[in-house]
Amino acid sequence: MPQSAEKVLDHAPLFREPEYRQMLAEKRLNFECPHPDQIVTDQGEFTKTWEYREKNLAREALVVNPAKACQPLGAVFAAAGFERTMSFVHGSQGCVAYYRSHLSRHFKEPASAVSSSMTEDAAVFGGLKNMVDGLANTYQLYDPKMIAVSTTCMAEVIGDDLHSFIENAKDEGSVPRDFDVPFAHTPAFVGSHVDGYDVAVKGILEHFWKGEERTEAEGTINIIPGFDGFCVGNNRELKRLLDLIGVSYTFIQDASDQFDTPSDGEYRMYDGGTKIEEVRKALNAEATLSLQRYNTRKTLEYCEGVGQATASFHYPLGVQATDDFLMEVSAISGKQIPEALRLERGRLVDAMADSQSWLHGKKYAIYGDPDFVYGMARFIMETGGEPTHCLATNGTSAWEAELKELLASSPFGKGAQVWAGKDLWALRSLLFTEPVDLLIGNSYGKYLERDTGTPLIRLTFPIFDRHHHHRFALMGYQGGLRVLTTILDKIFDKLDRETSETGVTDYSYDLTR
Amino acid sequence: MSLEYENDGGLHARLIEEVLSQYPDKSAKRRKKHLSVAKSGDEAGEESEVLSECEVKSNIKSIPGVMTIRGCAYAGSKGVVWGPVKDMVHISHGPVGCGQYSWSQRRNYYVGTTGIDTFVTMQFTSDFQEKDIVFGGDKKLERIIDEIEELFPLNKGMTVQSECPIGLIGDDTEAVSRNKAKEHEKTIVPVRCEGFRGVSQSLGHHIANDAIRDWVFEKKEVEFEASPYDVNVVGDYNIGGDAWASRILLEEMGLRVVGNWSGDATLAEIERAPKAKLNLIHCYRSMNYICRHMEEKYGIAWMEYNFFGPSQTEASLRKIAKHFGPEIEAKAEVVIAKYRPLVDAVIAKYRPRLEGRTVMLYVGGLRPRHVVTAYEDLGMVIVGTGYEFGHNDDYQRTGHYVKKGTLIYDDVTGYELEKFIEGIRPDLVGSGIKEKYPVQKMGIPFRQMHSWDYSGPYHGYDGFAIFARDMDLAINNPVWNLYDAPWKKKAEPSAAIAAE
Repeated sequence: MPQSAEKVLDHAPLFREPEYRQMLAEKRLNFECPHPDQIVTDQGEFTKTWEYREKNLAREALVVNPAKACQPLGAVFAAAGFERTMSFVHGSQGCVAYYRSHLSRHFKEPASAVSSSMTEDAAVFGGLKNMVDGLANTYQLYDPKMIAVSTTCMAEVIGDDLHSFIENAKDEGSVPRDFDVPFAHTPAFVGSHVDGYDVAVKGILEHFWKGEERTEAEGTINIIPGFDGFCVGNNRELKRLLDLIGVSYTFIQDASDQFDTPSDGEYRMYDGGTKIEEVRKALNAEATLSLQRYNTRKTLEYCEGVGQATASFHYPLGVQATDDFLMEVSAISGKQIPEALRLERGRLVDAMADSQSWLHGKKYAIYGDPDFVYGMARFIMETGGEPTHCLATNGTSAWEAELKELLASSPFGKGAQVWAGKDLWALRSLLFTEPVDLLIGNSYGKYLERDTGTPLIRLTFPIFDRHHHHRFALMGYQGGLRVLTTILDKIFDKLDRETSETGVTDYSYDLTR
Repeated sequence: MSLEYENDGGLHARLIEEVLSQYPDKSAKRRKKHLSVAKSGDEAGEESEVLSECEVKSNIKSIPGVMTIRGCAYAGSKGVVWGPVKDMVHISHGPVGCGQYSWSQRRNYYVGTTGIDTFVTMQFTSDFQEKDIVFGGDKKLERIIDEIEELFPLNKGMTVQSECPIGLIGDDTEAVSRNKAKEHEKTIVPVRCEGFRGVSQSLGHHIANDAIRDWVFEKKEVEFEASPYDVNVVGDYNIGGDAWASRILLEEMGLRVVGNWSGDATLAEIERAPKAKLNLIHCYRSMNYICRHMEEKYGIAWMEYNFFGPSQTEASLRKIAKHFGPEIEAKAEVVIAKYRPLVDAVIAKYRPRLEGRTVMLYVGGLRPRHVVTAYEDLGMVIVGTGYEFGHNDDYQRTGHYVKKGTLIYDDVTGYELEKFIEGIRPDLVGSGIKEKYPVQKMGIPFRQMHSWDYSGPYHGYDGFAIFARDMDLAINNPVWNLYDAPWKKKAEPSAAIAAE
């Protein structure tokens, strides 16, 4: 009997004990009717071939292990970045349970959102009653300053009209007439979570800016971070940079406090976020900068429409992308980039120079949201690495073209390939047929690591199986240092593992590297 | 082992009044029916009386806008019943999200070569786009099935798990499944588990059960040499290896587990189920339907059992053995005796560390009642419990488990649960991922009782040791004493039931 009170074995060691191994072997043999081992092995080997890759990449309908989520997740994340704002998702209720779980598993934090809980009768008659009752309940129970409405695909298929429903609910007294209920239609069958983020933020801006007079406040800047699982670390780092420059800025959507509340005995359902008053005033900013272009296409278009200058970045991390961002801020605000930041920059470059021999020529596969992949590819090339496979399931042809242009600008991008719209099962074939040294992505990449042996570096949402990485910044020079160190750790750990066999390979098990 | 105690029913009744007072009148009226205080304990022999005592309204629609913790029919079918069947490909048919959020999240352990002959921890989706909504998705589904056949030829079959839009746009997934099953000579099961159907996960379980009946049973010749000791384990999803820690006991007592539904299951195990002698059902809520069907159609008896904690495990082993007669009964006693020293050692080690600690539960399926005794075996006290998606028959079965004064909450809302926990200040809360972090922020230890907080198994004797260890490490971790900054004056302790 393997189990004991002195040394309790949980699943990982327990089922490796002989009793269980024998039990499972017999289950397989006697009851499972499996394919013969040889057939399984052969098929496994076949999936590593170019022939399989071609079939795999030729898929037209089936999607396997995509690296994207649906629009309302982005809308719920967006709403979490505004002061005392409750997400209200109109449609089926199971969706909301999923968004909340998904966000909680990544941030290790509470994630609040409510549903209008539509069922079959609402599918037939529409969800107006659900909206009317739902807004009243949410308003009364959760004491929000704003309720941000988005939709599940169910409400979208039956064509519920949010604007008129919200008006109706106000007429019926669900919430006071002047209570803020911005909305965004976020059908799951269009785009991905980054687009849901986009329309949700745009909906909030429109709600507060429509019909308002703009009086430009020169030198002031709005910053829209985009859907970012590292918002906790990134937003705080960016604010530090902007404070150092001394620019007047407003974050439009900032979930850094909401997803990083302290443990001190009090549960804060709401914390931090852009103040409603700041959102109103943000209309007057001279410029709006987006940190993730493909998260904010519609929002930026709207900002331009009201007369603001706009600029966008691709998840600015590393040296040159941070340079670009700071110079843009400097140009708009008329403020100098302080010497302190030049020194910080120098320290990142110093670290890269110290480690360059370990990074030069390393090949990478990078996947994630379009802006992240772009930003990461750019940084990898700065370190002398080669972004061999760049994949975004929610990448568009415009993204593909833009990224190709970046890759063409450096000799390190020469052999790189861009995979827009492909999924992680496709990436599996790519990694078998054109292997790389390192894989950069999120927790889902662990299956690729297992199958192909490519070491995985978790640097983007969602990260379920490692803790607290999102609390540290990736953007800016400081963030670059963090990314650099994370990559190097992976390289050194692997090298140590591969050279640690006593008397066989440990001549290379160097103390200093 | 039975623990005698009574809960503070007066406090609980007050808490119910307080939360209800915060709702708009209409909603307060509706929520009132879901909240109650258990009136009487589980004295044996008073079955019919006890049954009605902690009754609340259940399995009815959630109120909009209140933050229900429930999921949907898709979650009940793909997430719970079908998803763990390991040698089939389960297509999340519709937009990308449902499959994405449920991908690999239930910890249904299995052995197999993933992506080659097993597919549980993968996300297959038709990733619906606007054009699929407008023109229908049947053609796309046909194509998807063909592509799966080409790229994953060792699959033993497929299921088509309908997401919300499918039922709304009038797709005929049944026709596609039927035709493609014939063409590829494979089992293809359409499951109409659109998320808007029903009021929770529960209808999804039922629909998934019906799909087994209608699309799997009696579709093929099943070659199988039966024995008099053949049982199916039904409603064990092998979370963290639960079904394995159960199977080992059943085999030790001389039974043959010919099918496990549905953790670590193959299609063959499901097809063969009607040939077994007895269905042993753990999660009654999610799989009683198919057991009733098998009883009616094939004359297979079914029996509920409970493998959480030694008291219930022991009682269940004896109950199961009784069905098979003296020989198996004798073997069951050998099994019980074999594990007794382990049980004694686990209790000797952990009970002093957990004695008298109070627990609030809010989970789904069988756990709001089934785990009660496991806690009590460790000397812990259940002060509140409730079901996400229970039915009347679940609450009836709960009467035996809970003590007088226990707070009962059905389909609890985020607001209510927070207020109840704040008011009661239990020593431990057992619930899900959405509840974990709010509770921990309050300084109250928490264990996820859906995923076992990435631990497990919790079933059987081996599982009980892990369960005890986990409850201890949650409650007795030093972090809970670090919440107050020493330079801040300590807040007045709330109406806590004192620990220790």
